[in-house]
Amino acid sequence: MAITELGSGTAGDAPALDGGGRARPRRFLRAVFHNRKATAGVVILLIIVFVAAFPGLIAHKDPQAAIYPQNLGPSFDHLLGTTQLGQDVFAQLIYGTRLTLVVTLVVSAIATFLSMIIGVTAAYVGGLTDRALSVTTDIFLIIPVLPLLIVLASYLPPGTVSLIIVLCATSWAFQARQLRAQGLSIRNRDFLAAARARGERSMYVILVEIVPTMTSLLAASFLALAVYVVGFAAGLQFLGLGNSSQLMWGTMLYNAHQAGALEAGNAWWALAPGAAVAFLGAGFALVNYAFDEIGNPALRPVRRRRARASS
Amino acid sequence: MPEPLLEVTDLTVDYQTEAGDVRAVDRVSLTVEPGEFIGIVGESGCGKSTLLFAVAQLTSPPAHVVGGKVLFLGRDMAEVGPDELRQMRWRDYSVVMQSAMNALNPMKSIGAQFKDAMQAHSEDSAEAIAQRSAEVLELVGIDAVHLKSYPHQLSGGMRQRSMIAMALLFTPRLVIMDEPTSALDVVAQRSLMTKIKDLQRSLGFAVVFVTHDMSVVSHYSDRVMVMYAGQAAEVARTEVIFERPLHPYSRGLMEAFPSVRGPRRALTGIPGRPPDLSHPPAGCRFHPRCPEVMPACLQREPELLPVGGAQVRCLLYESAKDGS
Amino acid sequence: MRFVSRRLVLFVLTLWAALTVNFIIPRVMPGNEAQAVLATYKGVNPAALHALEVEFGVNVHQNIVVAYLEYLRNSLTGQFGLDAQRVPVVSEIMSKLPWTLALVGVTTVIAFIIGTLAGIVSAWWRGSRLDGILPPFLFIVSTFPVFFVALLLIYVFAVVLNWLPIGSNYSIGATPSFSPSFIGDVLNHALLPAISLVVVTAGLWTYSMRNNMITTLAEDYVKMGRAKGLPTSRIMFDYAARNAILPNLTGFAMQLGYVLGGSILIEYTFSYPGLGYLFYTGTTNHDLPLMQGLFLFYTLAVLICVLIADFATAALDPRTREP
Repeated sequence: MAITELGSGTAGDAPALDGGGRARPRRFLRAVFHNRKATAGVVILLIIVFVAAFPGLIAHKDPQAAIYPQNLGPSFDHLLGTTQLGQDVFAQLIYGTRLTLVVTLVVSAIATFLSMIIGVTAAYVGGLTDRALSVTTDIFLIIPVLPLLIVLASYLPPGTVSLIIVLCATSWAFQARQLRAQGLSIRNRDFLAAARARGERSMYVILVEIVPTMTSLLAASFLALAVYVVGFAAGLQFLGLGNSSQLMWGTMLYNAHQAGALEAGNAWWALAPGAAVAFLGAGFALVNYAFDEIGNPALRPVRRRRARASS
Repeated sequence: MPEPLLEVTDLTVDYQTEAGDVRAVDRVSLTVEPGEFIGIVGESGCGKSTLLFAVAQLTSPPAHVVGGKVLFLGRDMAEVGPDELRQMRWRDYSVVMQSAMNALNPMKSIGAQFKDAMQAHSEDSAEAIAQRSAEVLELVGIDAVHLKSYPHQLSGGMRQRSMIAMALLFTPRLVIMDEPTSALDVVAQRSLMTKIKDLQRSLGFAVVFVTHDMSVVSHYSDRVMVMYAGQAAEVARTEVIFERPLHPYSRGLMEAFPSVRGPRRALTGIPGRPPDLSHPPAGCRFHPRCPEVMPACLQREPELLPVGGAQVRCLLYESAKDGS
Repeated sequence: MRFVSRRLVLFVLTLWAALTVNFIIPRVMPGNEAQAVLATYKGVNPAALHALEVEFGVNVHQNIVVAYLEYLRNSLTGQFGLDAQRVPVVSEIMSKLPWTLALVGVTTVIAFIIGTLAGIVSAWWRGSRLDGILPPFLFIVSTFPVFFVALLLIYVFAVVLNWLPIGSNYSIGATPSFSPSFIGDVLNHALLPAISLVVVTAGLWTYSMRNNMITTLAEDYVKMGRAKGLPTSRIMFDYAARNAILPNLTGFAMQLGYVLGGSILIEYTFSYPGLGYLFYTGTTNHDLPLMQGLFLFYTLAVLICVLIADFATAALDPRTREP
């Protein structure tokens, strides 16, 4: 989990981005591919997206079909074994990718959006609104997330939509502070004064003028949130708060753990979805780690070159 | 003639950046005799601080010393092993940095920071350390009670003076100072400079003093080096350079600081800006801003040559190098 | 002093917010979960039942403000009602607390030490092979879901190698006592959960510490330390690390919420009967009073740690003293 800013306390509140963050696509892409971590992360994400889009190309069995022998270990026929009900684990893993990825992206997008609205509004409007929003953000940052998630989820019917709702409700605070800091730093720029002079309303100024300058920070926030969401979504489902009949990696974990897969001989039923979650999380984390380095040159890798011999 | 305290020959420092190497210090040579006060003057970005840190063996990445030699007390500093170098630090030469607020550890009291230095280089007892700490503070006019104070509890002037006191803990042979008065107001500046000069005279240490402000060194230095774009432009005794500056840049600097006395004249500056050291101008680095530029200046880089009692890097004097 | 009082205000506000969240959720969420749960509470201690009714807004025909105030009063006096087993929530929590406290307390300290040291060392030797491998490795491991690491460790060490037990906090049939054999048994069972927690959380501290150190190492006073010829270890710890950690203690404390969440998952994975496992059984039993009580408790735990970190910062950081 990229707790870059949380841990770095005061020093990290406003990341040093060049030029306010307007996208410079070509130079940026070059920076991404120069950075080994970013490249690895992008590759991972592309693999996942591919698997999510075309599961049928990779897994040729029906994931829901409970027609195979139960509790098998890995074999050529069933790469990851079978479940307690006789379903092919590999097929489940592959087909479960899509919903897992979709939920992650949807939650990250909504949470980033909420974060941005709250952070930038606090920065732009200032005054009492700012104080109130900031205190609320701080409160939600301190409150431990999983306990709150569990309580919220217990009231809602088990399912993916509930999962999305509770995750959005708790993750908006994660990046709100950074977005507010960035908002503060551009609050007094000329183009905003021009917009105000034109008589535009605050919401317009926020959405149309300020937000586009923050694209790189928003992208970074999206990625940081994604790491967080992947883990928490799986965690909630693992505890049984998802809908175990909806095929996602987290629900696979729940079913496997409940069935005692580790001891029953089809350990991969329990281990593979966890590994997949780790894989996806690592992908987002690597790209985010690289984003930090690209955005904050002080963190960039220092390549040690041999000093030339003195004359 | 006793051996010079410090002999820097052709020191060259590069900064490694993603866009390539930038030469911040280009073959600079400097000699410091025992007890001498040398001023190094130049605009921001001319490489003077980089030079200073290189001499003090404090260069850190992305800066690298890529050429030249630094002889201190006759020893080649590049040959001195890390342990011996550590021993030499502070005992034989010390450093005073520009902003005491940044150079002093905000989490340690002044006394604790003095103690650090003393414990690193001596076996003195706690009382001896405390006594010496009080002594040096007294030298700069600060009451010993402030050993318990933290940097943020002192005024700017007091902080700066405590840094100087700290530099004198072992009465080193050489004190290297990087713009120690820049952060102060004019009055505090003057009093600090006077104090530094007094201490120098009484304790006999040499000073290499870097500044962008000519007037600060004019009263106190024995010799002055004017730096431009990483190179030494002119080196001469203070009186000589102030009386008759040879390099057009030095002349520009002199004229930029009008005297309070004397006839009123229009304030002149030096037009243009210092060059980007990643792409220095061809030929003489000063030629884009030089009021006396000649066609040859765009093609040939002048060498630092003796002219009369001074050393100048300017094509104007190439033919006159035997002293007219 | 102003610093401390400001932090106390935040403490109180957050506690109040958590209490209010507990009050609002049952009333705002769709459906009548709370009502269904409380309907099963027949023939119990009337005071406890009433407290629950006030908290969940069931069968209570009071003005909401009055209910809220009464709920707050109940909370501050420790009256949280009964859980699904008709055991007072508070005593249930207290009985399981020591197990979780021991596990989380010890592992957090160890993870913090390991992670911070790794961060300090890799920042100091920046650009070396150590720095190129250790922080990204620890960082990536910290993004692994904690239950994955746990399951993996269980599989390798408990199932395949059979070196360590699979779950629970002590062997079935053992009677709790302070005897060495029982304690040994407990430690045996706690080893895998502890290792899982340490492995995942150490990376968190490493990452933040390394970034803080890099910023600190660029400071002039560190250069001054070198100039003074201080020994390397002195500069690394006394000048750099100390200055990197201290202002960020509170930030570190705030990450405890994440660690606590991880401990819930670990306890569930290992069937380790601490507070986290209690949380899990609460969800399967739909034990709302217990879950809301636990939520409050976890929040309070984080708040206390943050407050301690704040006080430590105020005490140890000279800059908070008046000039």
